[in-house]
Amino acid sequence: MTQSVVVQVGQCGNQVGCRFWDLALREHAHVNKRGLYDEALSSFFRNVDLRKSDGGDCCVGGRIQHLKARAVLIDMEEGVVNGILQGPLREVFDSTQLLTDVSGSGNNWAVGHLTYGSAYREAIVNKLRKAAEHCDCLQCFFLIHSMGGGTGSGLGTRVLSLLEEEFPDVCRIVTAMYPSAEDDVITSPYNSVLAMRELTEHADCVLPVENQSLVDIVNKISVMSHGAKPGSVLRKDSTVTSGQGSLSPTEKPFDAMNNIVANLLLNITSSARFEGSLNMDLNEIAMNLVPFPRLHYLVPSLTPLYTLADVNIPTRRLRPSLPFVSWNQEGWKTGLCSVPPVGHSHSLLALANNTCVKPTFMELRDRFTKLYRKKAHLHHYLDVDGMEQSIFSESLSSLSELIDEYHQLDATKARLIPDAPRLSIAR
Amino acid sequence: MSVVTVQLGQCGNQVGQELFDVISSDAQDGQRKTYSSVSRERFFRQTSQGDFEARAVLVDMEPKVINHSMNRAAKSGRWRYAEASHFSQKQGSGNNWANGFRVLGPRHRDAVEELVRREVEHCDVLAGFIPMMSVAGGTGSGVGTFVTQCLRDVYPSSFVLNHLTWPYGTGEVIVQNYNSVLTLAHLYQLSDALLVHENDAVHRICSQQLNLKQISFGDLNRVIAHQLAGVLQPALTPDSCGAYSGNPLGELVSALACHPEYKLLSACSIPQMASASIAFSTFSWPALLKHLRQMLIANTKMEEGIDWQVRPPPASAGRTSSLTAGGFNASLANLLILRGKDVYSAETGGFEDPAIYTSWLPPAEALSLWKSPVPFDKYEKSATLVSNSQALLRPLDDMVRKAWNMFASRAYIHQYVKFGISEEDFLDSFTSLEQVISSYAQLQC
Repeated sequence: MTQSVVVQVGQCGNQVGCRFWDLALREHAHVNKRGLYDEALSSFFRNVDLRKSDGGDCCVGGRIQHLKARAVLIDMEEGVVNGILQGPLREVFDSTQLLTDVSGSGNNWAVGHLTYGSAYREAIVNKLRKAAEHCDCLQCFFLIHSMGGGTGSGLGTRVLSLLEEEFPDVCRIVTAMYPSAEDDVITSPYNSVLAMRELTEHADCVLPVENQSLVDIVNKISVMSHGAKPGSVLRKDSTVTSGQGSLSPTEKPFDAMNNIVANLLLNITSSARFEGSLNMDLNEIAMNLVPFPRLHYLVPSLTPLYTLADVNIPTRRLRPSLPFVSWNQEGWKTGLCSVPPVGHSHSLLALANNTCVKPTFMELRDRFTKLYRKKAHLHHYLDVDGMEQSIFSESLSSLSELIDEYHQLDATKARLIPDAPRLSIAR
Repeated sequence: MSVVTVQLGQCGNQVGQELFDVISSDAQDGQRKTYSSVSRERFFRQTSQGDFEARAVLVDMEPKVINHSMNRAAKSGRWRYAEASHFSQKQGSGNNWANGFRVLGPRHRDAVEELVRREVEHCDVLAGFIPMMSVAGGTGSGVGTFVTQCLRDVYPSSFVLNHLTWPYGTGEVIVQNYNSVLTLAHLYQLSDALLVHENDAVHRICSQQLNLKQISFGDLNRVIAHQLAGVLQPALTPDSCGAYSGNPLGELVSALACHPEYKLLSACSIPQMASASIAFSTFSWPALLKHLRQMLIANTKMEEGIDWQVRPPPASAGRTSSLTAGGFNASLANLLILRGKDVYSAETGGFEDPAIYTSWLPPAEALSLWKSPVPFDKYEKSATLVSNSQALLRPLDDMVRKAWNMFASRAYIHQYVKFGISEEDFLDSFTSLEQVISSYAQLQC
């Protein structure tokens, strides 16, 4: 069984991460009736016996003593992390896993990436090493951060390149939260585009999540629950839609949205943690869904979100309605896991490497160009030590190239591509 | 004579466990002492406490499936896997053939060879190896190919019959066609013969013949295990002079794989029905054999919906441009195994008809007949046919075509190059398989 380490950076990253740990504990509590520290738990948690003199990790098979999350929490201001440490999850983290500073990044990618990135490089690498050493067989780093701010986007992407340097064989899966058009941070387009380039070059897979989509989903759920059609069943205790039944008594504003993302992470790793008739490991995700190294943006969708939807849709029925590239007409990778999420009998997670990300990226580029043409707010970035204008133009061209690559694939959509001529054998 | 099975990857370990299960329960039913003891000697060894342990080596790059299979075996109460006969790692092969063949296989070569060696030492006489694997994933296909290569190196004079499971045509793994092409091209050089089951065909058997509604991989595996056991359980062969054959793999290979370009074997069996219906059915050899013969020439694996219109083409027909002439499946060689009541009176002339064979082998050479008077797996009469024919030609051609289209756009190639497989290696594999396709396509009568 393999282990994964979650690295949460910035306010958004830590808030989503927090929901994830809450849900993971709930899921394992639901499944693990005997209180034994089993393989499934060990994929995300260490079992620590505090009485042992070496601060000892216990092996799989013993009773659960004290679970510690395999996580590194990074934030350049203390509010969120302190909140976690005072909340019900405080037992799950210890101080060696945290890295904080006081003043924040001022929504400035350059401050996060360059200033803090250099200042804290040693410390970050040490903490990552520590977390990796506790793992028997480390398969994957999950990085969670937003794209619009300063710490998550700047320092988060710096951590991504550190992960590539220090642990080149370990898969890097990034869950990136993209800002909506009405984001209140004016410079979020700059931060997002600068971070995109890092993601394109250093991540193995990226799960882009748009805030706008999360808002739409949450709104739809509340509409459903208030004006429900007769016959539709709304699961009030579903772990997807609410934190009810979780550790914290009150729900904070972004909680519902963060819950959805946390569920996504839980579902992706389920086949690696629990058994099934067609197992799917995390390294198989990258292998099957990334045909070309830069095109690794996988759009996630999850069901059921708010009703007992019929999840028994075999992929064969979905096929005719989805246009695939000519060389991958049946490009489906299937995984089957026997353990459902808490409160549901089935669930379905789909990850699609789909050109539908192209409009999102094009909008992002437009918002960036609007500001960049006027050189608005540019001085905040250029004043930072190590930041140059060329970084802006390179990031913009990286994004444009990416959009072009998707565009070329889109262009093949309507055309009927003949089979490539086969090798002919002399008789 | 004993057979050592090497179960590789998730599919190999799941199918292998079902196979041993069928064999052990078949050997147990009833009074046929010689049959039972030959079967048990072939596939199991007995511990000092009288327990039966499978002569098997279980290999996988992650532990969940092996654990599951070993637990299921132990629960049967009739047999189990030996404690120390398995090898697993923590992290799988990532569906990547190159990772399995170039990195993980060599890395763990010594450990796996040691396990095989120990199992071979337990055999009085070694009849050969059966590596069991799928071709779509990373471990079964990549590590499996490497292990087959090792078996060849270490035991050059033993028979190696690979059992392969081909995936559903529509996606279990996106890169399945690449993995399949690389595996088949390499195994063609290494193995004596490749006995293939296709998930699509077995699925049809489950849904139309057995009327199962929600078909799981467990159901597929049980059908495959039944057919395989029908081939491997003891039988009287022409060479064995009135006793059960001591060299089943050798005889199968020499009966069917007579030419190095023709190694693809497929199996079909009759009858196949839900076990609840067996008690209410009567069987006659003429009916069974007539259906089986038509299943062979119309290339279908089930008694349901046989196309009786398909006939051998007239001798004057000449070459056609399609892969097979008018849907007719030409055979190179056939092995017919009859089990149960009245086997000696069964009339098998239909299988000796020269019209169904390619012209360069006389039918007397092309057909081999094995018999066992012992009823198999609860069927009063049953027949299994192992063919070296054009049956796999279309699925193989589809597989190569899809892989070639994907290769033309170089999609996913960087994932293989990362582990040491170059574009040249891909081209070599494509060339080998085009040769195989061409050879089989020429098998017109």
